[in-house]
Amino acid sequence: MSGGLPGALGPAAVGRAVARGVEEIGFAGALLGESVCWTLFGRARSQPVRLHAVLAQMTQIGIEALPIATILSATIGMMLAVQSLYTLGLFGAESFAMVGIGLAVTREFAPLIIGILIAGRSGSALAARLSTMLINQEVDALRVIGISPVRFLVAPALIGMIVAVPCLTMWADIVALTAAGLIVAPALDLTLVGYFSQLLAAVSVHDLWHGLSKSAIFAALIAVIAAVNGALARGGAEGVGRMTTRAVVQSIAAIIMTDLLFAWLATVG
Amino acid sequence: MAVPARAMPSPSRSRGPAAGSVIRIAGLQAHYGARQVLHDVDLAVEPGEIMVIMGGSGSGKSTLLRHLVGLDRPTSGRVELLGLDITRAPARQLLALRRRIGVAFQGGALFSSMSVLDNLMLPLREHTRLDRKTMEIMARLKLEVVGLAGFGDLMPSELSGGMLKRAAVARAIVMDPDLLFFDEPSAGLDPVVSSALDDLILLLREAMNMTIVVVTHELESAFKIADRVTVLDHGRILAVDTVDGIRGSDNERIRNLLSRRAEEHAVDGEDYLKRLTGEA
Repeated sequence: MSGGLPGALGPAAVGRAVARGVEEIGFAGALLGESVCWTLFGRARSQPVRLHAVLAQMTQIGIEALPIATILSATIGMMLAVQSLYTLGLFGAESFAMVGIGLAVTREFAPLIIGILIAGRSGSALAARLSTMLINQEVDALRVIGISPVRFLVAPALIGMIVAVPCLTMWADIVALTAAGLIVAPALDLTLVGYFSQLLAAVSVHDLWHGLSKSAIFAALIAVIAAVNGALARGGAEGVGRMTTRAVVQSIAAIIMTDLLFAWLATVG
Repeated sequence: MAVPARAMPSPSRSRGPAAGSVIRIAGLQAHYGARQVLHDVDLAVEPGEIMVIMGGSGSGKSTLLRHLVGLDRPTSGRVELLGLDITRAPARQLLALRRRIGVAFQGGALFSSMSVLDNLMLPLREHTRLDRKTMEIMARLKLEVVGLAGFGDLMPSELSGGMLKRAAVARAIVMDPDLLFFDEPSAGLDPVVSSALDDLILLLREAMNMTIVVVTHELESAFKIADRVTVLDHGRILAVDTVDGIRGSDNERIRNLLSRRAEEHAVDGEDYLKRLTGEA
């Protein structure tokens, strides 16, 4: 046995992994471009992206996620309230809690928690659906019927995601800030109306847009990453499971890295 | 090459080109990565004919079918369907052609999230401007042709293997195609259901005057339905002949295929041991 790196960690393996990564990014770009083209020009070619398919996706991604999104957002809001009161209390600055909570929820926590939730819930479902269809030759069947799989499967999910995720984020903003108010208002001897009026003074529309636009980008990332992984599935049930897990992990990683980029550009850049 | 009289409908009834082949393959070469899977394949299928493509596992028959229906692009060569070279045709012409071909996949490939009826109505919804009622009538009619009347509202997961294949045939013929392709129609079916499916293929040709290409490794089924048989071996065409011609062939590989014998390889015991121990 030579003393070099084992095959799995050698330079050739790293090179192959990098090449595969670049290829997948290129594929993701092509999928996104094709989806946008079908959305914009499909009707002119008598092959529109079907509205009922988009609505079905929006229902699945948005409406059906409302209960869990509500629970998570309320929990995050309360947790932030408790932490803010405790931390600021160390400096006798509890009255600034609304500023911290308002900015943290609208700019960071709501888009992030909804992004991660949807990556785990709908991104995984999309990747599993596409990879199962691929393995069962349903994608081939679409192609021989003359239906573009991108138009039929990817574009509705992409549009549904881009509409539903910011809506869910908006809902998460409302729920988290209300839940935080239930803790903060009594602690600061405020009414809920007083809490909200101080909150509105601290949070601008720009902060809200910052979070919502970020969530739209998270949505596109989740849809495209799920579609790429679904389209690359090989083998049977094991392949479906592997690509589904991969889609979720990649989506969450992409969301967190994009979030950092956003935070950097919005504050430092 | 003579085609049995029972097999050929009158040319005037054909909806493909009035004369000549409806499928023409010339110099087709295909690779999967560095591995060549089809070598210089030439083949022609006449209107109204049932052509069976046979061969052992790994002979390239499924790859040939994928190239025939435009799912894979060849490395080189031409594939003409109904006069259109699908390897070079623009998207719009290819789309128009897709309305004239039907494919029944090995596992059925019905869309699992839709009912059987919705599966059949999908091509109609995408390619026609018919109202829903008319589409439903057409889809139910095709289900009746394949013996699945009354099963339209079931989901694909509620069908047996044989029913799934028949539902896939119904979807493949819902647009009344000129060309119909089958991938291993008998695979995984018991002999009775398999024979019924063979009868259905013959019925479709007689009743709807289709040109049919069937990929199979089931000899009994192949000889029952074929007008001509193409035998593939390691990506090369060994023979294209009538059923009697194939049965009477003196080609050793064809004889092995017909008698279901694996190719015999002389094994040198000493050499085998050396390879096992890594000395070779």
